[in-house]
Amino acid sequence: MHTSVLLEMATEVFPDRLALGPRQGGLCFSDLGARARAGGAWLKAKGGDAVVFIGVNGTALPLALFGAATAGKPFAPINYRLSDADLRKLLARTAPSVAIVDEDMLARVEGVEGVTLVPRGAFEAACADPTNHAGEGETPEDGIAVLLFTSGTTGDPKVAVLRHHHLTSYVISSVEFMGSDEEEAALISVPPYHIAGISAILTGIYGGRRLVYLPAFTPEAWVDAATAENVTHAMVVPTMLGRVLDILEKRGTNLPNLRALSYGGGPMPHPVIERALKMLPHVDFVNAYGLTETSSTIAVLGPEDHRIAIASDDPAVRRRLSSVGQPLPTLELEIRGPHGEVLPPGRSGEVYVRGDQVAGEYLHRKAIQDDGWFATNDGGWLDEHGYLYVEGRLDDVIVRGGENMSPGEIEEVLREHPGVADVAVLGLPDVQWGEKVAAVIVAAGEKPSIAELAELVKSKLRSTKTPETWEFRDALPYNETGKLLRRVLKAELSKPA
Amino acid sequence: MELKPGSRWRSAVCNAEAVVVRPAKGDVSLECGGHPMTPLTAPKAEGLTLSPEHSGGVAVGKRYFDEETGLEVLASKPGTGSLALNGRPLKLREAKALPSSD
Repeated sequence: MHTSVLLEMATEVFPDRLALGPRQGGLCFSDLGARARAGGAWLKAKGGDAVVFIGVNGTALPLALFGAATAGKPFAPINYRLSDADLRKLLARTAPSVAIVDEDMLARVEGVEGVTLVPRGAFEAACADPTNHAGEGETPEDGIAVLLFTSGTTGDPKVAVLRHHHLTSYVISSVEFMGSDEEEAALISVPPYHIAGISAILTGIYGGRRLVYLPAFTPEAWVDAATAENVTHAMVVPTMLGRVLDILEKRGTNLPNLRALSYGGGPMPHPVIERALKMLPHVDFVNAYGLTETSSTIAVLGPEDHRIAIASDDPAVRRRLSSVGQPLPTLELEIRGPHGEVLPPGRSGEVYVRGDQVAGEYLHRKAIQDDGWFATNDGGWLDEHGYLYVEGRLDDVIVRGGENMSPGEIEEVLREHPGVADVAVLGLPDVQWGEKVAAVIVAAGEKPSIAELAELVKSKLRSTKTPETWEFRDALPYNETGKLLRRVLKAELSKPA
Repeated sequence: MELKPGSRWRSAVCNAEAVVVRPAKGDVSLECGGHPMTPLTAPKAEGLTLSPEHSGGVAVGKRYFDEETGLEVLASKPGTGSLALNGRPLKLREAKALPSSD
């Protein structure tokens, strides 16, 4: 099924409902539909094999996504925060293409061969011009809907391919069509070039929830927009949540209109989510785990799970706050060992997933197995109730003297210490063991004693997992979607002193 | 008829439209209101009337499926007829609502 059908259905059923933008002056569904079609006709006439988007969040984004869909071209949003050289390199990989570019970024990408640049304002004007007609035609072929450059925290970015049927399968199986009430509004602050930015548009439109954009995230702007626009739903990455809570505390507000807050993109520190649950008792918290290659969410820890876990004295139940919940009922999920064997609950291995929404494809390379299973390259384990605990990328696994250990497991233990605000664990080269365990700590207030931290790891795990190198920092390097840049830390710490 | 994934069909007797989400195995006829559906791009059939045995209605945004062949369709427009495959009524896919995660 084609993604343009999602918008077509919404337009047909609720033409007058607000779909996009502010309460005053936003676009209703029929306007959004008409503009996306006009924009699509205009883009089609520009030629090229793909529609690129280089710019900040805003109403042009869903118009470009659906415009590309109706034009029958893949939509390829690119990270404008990259260096000019990297940005141009990625842009060149999309040629021949049409690129919609923010006016203040045009100079950075001029002259890339095979790429026709279009200022954002010109595209938006074309969307509003009813003389751009595609004419009544067939729904374009069910081909590639979106191309996303994966974040490349472990190397050169790969281009993930998401076909229309992957995305629509995710949307129609996880969202009730027009199931939102008219008051609902989602605040989108995840970047346009991230899978969460794409799925937010599709699920929002299909569910009938108004989309409100934050051009770029700052905690102040997020709280301002949430307040001014009566925002009811939002998705944040862990690093955003703590900063939002700081602002709420400072301003003495708790966003009474907010109903649900989902988070994902990296491990959420326990103290942050506990603080959030206390400060915002009226809000439903949802932890979502997914990958670009799986069209977004594949497991969720729902609001009830959060409430039960926080109220429980049973450590096994309370621990679920560190899980990503249970796999979606529409897909299969297994933990497999190094020889492909399916592991029982409690055993750690690689997360495998299979289902209609799982694309598992890169440009010119299929990463999905013939039987449909996709190896996520994430380590994890399931508890006996089916809750999934993700331990991080398998590339990050530390191999010390032949023993595999997951940084996530050690980080989780260290985060329990009240003196630890944030922590990263990684492997550093070691002559004797191949790798040794290193911990980089951001202290919460006064520096905790290393002996005490080491003892904590030793008592909860075992001595071989106790970090041998300790370092204190003011902050850890994250990318803007909340992924810890372990390789940056690794490079810094591997340098000879 | 070949029910390819993504293919779009319309009822010959009411306003209902459907998109194939999962294809059916074998030779099949997708029907609405007691008559075969036609491709969305083909001209609408004329002179047919809704069969009372197939008038349960189609709700927009709901998924309907046939266990035997694996067919699943999404109703993209509502109608007064009901969906069937080779005369066998399609069943409504009851989906558990998931918490919003995007």
